[in-house]
Amino acid sequence: MNSLLARFAENTFWLARYMERAENLARILDVTKTFVRDRTGGQDWLAVVEINADETPFFERYETASARHIINFYIADRDNPTSIISSVRAARENARSLRHLISTEMWSHLNRFYNALNRLSRSDLTVANLSNLCERIKLGCQAHVGITEGTLYRDQVWCFYHIGKYLERADQISRFIDTKYQHLKRVEASEDSPVDAGQWSAVLRSVAGYQAFRRTHPRGMRGEDVLRFLLHDPDFSRSIVFCMTQIHQSLRDLKQRFKLRQDPDADKEAKDILDSLRDRTLVGQVLDAPHAFADDFQRRLIGLSDRLGHSYFGWLK
Amino acid sequence: MPAGLSLRGSLAGYRPGPFYCEMLGFGDSVPAHTADIVKRLGKVSIPQLRRRARDAEAELFNLGITFTVYSQANSTDRILPFDVIPRVLSPSDWQTLEAGIRQRVAALNLLLADVYGKQRILKDKIIPPELVLGNENYRPQMKGVKVANGTYVHVCGIDLVRDEKGEFRVLEDNARTPSGVSYVVENRHLMLRSFPDLMEGVGVRPVSDYGMHLQRALREVAPGGSRDPNVVLLSPGFYNSAYFEHVFLAREMGVPLVEGRDLVVDNDRVYMKTTGGLERVHVIYRRINDDFLDPMAFRKDSLLGVPGLMQAYVKGKVTLANAVGTGVADDKAIYSYMPRVIRYFLGEDPIIANVETHICGEREGLAYTLDNLDKLVIKPVGEAGGYGIVIGPKATRAELEECRAKIKADPANYISQPVISLSVSPTLIGDKVEPRHVDLRPFAVTGSDTWVLPGGLTRVALPRGSLVVNSSQGGGSKDTWILE
Repeated sequence: MNSLLARFAENTFWLARYMERAENLARILDVTKTFVRDRTGGQDWLAVVEINADETPFFERYETASARHIINFYIADRDNPTSIISSVRAARENARSLRHLISTEMWSHLNRFYNALNRLSRSDLTVANLSNLCERIKLGCQAHVGITEGTLYRDQVWCFYHIGKYLERADQISRFIDTKYQHLKRVEASEDSPVDAGQWSAVLRSVAGYQAFRRTHPRGMRGEDVLRFLLHDPDFSRSIVFCMTQIHQSLRDLKQRFKLRQDPDADKEAKDILDSLRDRTLVGQVLDAPHAFADDFQRRLIGLSDRLGHSYFGWLK
Repeated sequence: MPAGLSLRGSLAGYRPGPFYCEMLGFGDSVPAHTADIVKRLGKVSIPQLRRRARDAEAELFNLGITFTVYSQANSTDRILPFDVIPRVLSPSDWQTLEAGIRQRVAALNLLLADVYGKQRILKDKIIPPELVLGNENYRPQMKGVKVANGTYVHVCGIDLVRDEKGEFRVLEDNARTPSGVSYVVENRHLMLRSFPDLMEGVGVRPVSDYGMHLQRALREVAPGGSRDPNVVLLSPGFYNSAYFEHVFLAREMGVPLVEGRDLVVDNDRVYMKTTGGLERVHVIYRRINDDFLDPMAFRKDSLLGVPGLMQAYVKGKVTLANAVGTGVADDKAIYSYMPRVIRYFLGEDPIIANVETHICGEREGLAYTLDNLDKLVIKPVGEAGGYGIVIGPKATRAELEECRAKIKADPANYISQPVISLSVSPTLIGDKVEPRHVDLRPFAVTGSDTWVLPGGLTRVALPRGSLVVNSSQGGGSKDTWILE
């Protein structure tokens, strides 16, 4: 028998999403610390708050976007649902309900990882230690992905994991594009000097795309090319097109290999999103109105999640 | 320690005292079946033992082999403390125990079939009818319900203790949803990983196939006509302290771990909600109590259950394991009648004796109990987990008087037993090996016939002198070895 409870499909989906979210946040914090400077040479921590659209909850708790506040809010704050510890905790709670479906190694690693985060002290949460800490968090998330790849049985569970992971990744990249290119517009409007290449390399580094971009674009680094890379590159595992292709493939597997009914057709929805991304004028549109693009894209992802919920997770319409 | 018994290494300072010792017997010479392990423990130093014990406990924690204690804001994962020195039983002792357990399970099933059937045992006045019919665990809904193979108690845990003469006795039957079997299997895995040298070449009977046996038994009791029955494990969810065990068993059996909200009943058939829609369920190994199974039949406030489940069950469209209403048979009051029940249904003497028990609901039992309160163990009939037990010789005068008043107010709610000097087993406590009292809970699985897991859960009372082995009261566990 190979049927899967609707609840477990949903929990698998969320397990993957939360772990992907934790990794993305660690990347953004690390890169912000290392590469992102504002005009006075200070680190632009506010950008992190903007990417996550956390202005309201953040400023309810803290007066300034100082390094210490940001690190605490995004790594160790249990009351912030978007913090890394909250994400890993939520991933672990989902995994707890899935323990009989996932490998012991997956559970055991997640358990250790969460226990380690739980033990972080004030001295771990300083700017000086931030790179080191982000490195450890990234490694923890990557170990999770590796163990999952190496031990999870490739049945429906795998498909829902895969969809969750790439949906979250696509969502994160779109937020990232939103803030970065809005920032670009603001800078361009206020100053004569163009945004320097250092900004773009920081953008690429935070999505682990710097070297891949360099290989495909050996000369120069223009904001427009970086954007095209983030949106369209078919082989870059964090481009939006790549993510949507993966989601589309898994949805087709659910329908064709596992003979699951999709009503209404979720895979067609994913295909429609993909088609709209392949529009050649898209780069220009995003440069003009990054927020409108991100908004629309995120709305479509939510629509896709709803279809998943209704098709597979037993949500009522 | 008598001359001729020289203990070395980690056992060097060990003295079992006036109790039967699982490792050293009566203490005059090392029993043949433990000679090898005593020798091996003699080659390990206490610091080595300590180090490995620490690694083993860290592993339990990392593997999440924990039970969860929830407080208002937090959840804490605790491990069941694991003692690294195994409890070893000889093949001949086990042969007797196994036969005794099969006999007991057979009697429990016949008793349940009778009290929910013709009630001959009540009409013949072997058991006072009011003790059964007035029991809060008696389920009138079960009257006349046919269960597959006549099996009510598919999984039975029988708590055994060993007295100062080395004789095993039944302390308690657990016929509802006995837990602890996951620790038996995990303790063995832990032992194999941490102490390969201790186990190397010792023929210990395996325990890791428990899930396969359980799955087979559950398929055997599926409703008639289902050729490839779907089995599920019904759990209250991860707030339940035994959730790890539910995960463990679902994984070992390869069956879905469901909660009430994953199931629906339609036209008296039970279905689970899957990604492909509704799918029929034939057998439910349920780890929730009768009360919470079905808000339409039992507690109306139950959010854990499945509305309509009981009717589907009564109509024979789904099998519940254990059956509904088994609690009437493992009640502490019924326990005292079990030797008579065995004779009545099987025409045999009990292979494993009961602990001598005085029933306060009977006149002589009450008088004896009240006259000897300070020498007896007094147990409320309806409590589980070691709660409410008063140990006469250790109680203060005030505690005894409080107990006396409670018994007088509600005699039928109490039984009393002599204090049994439970056997001890060498146990690593800090940096010493000391005697600690143990019991044994073997597990019997019954579909069309009964299989007994070789060994069982040895629980150990960790506080010095304590006789209470329950995990909620400072108990730990040991690996239990049945030698080939």
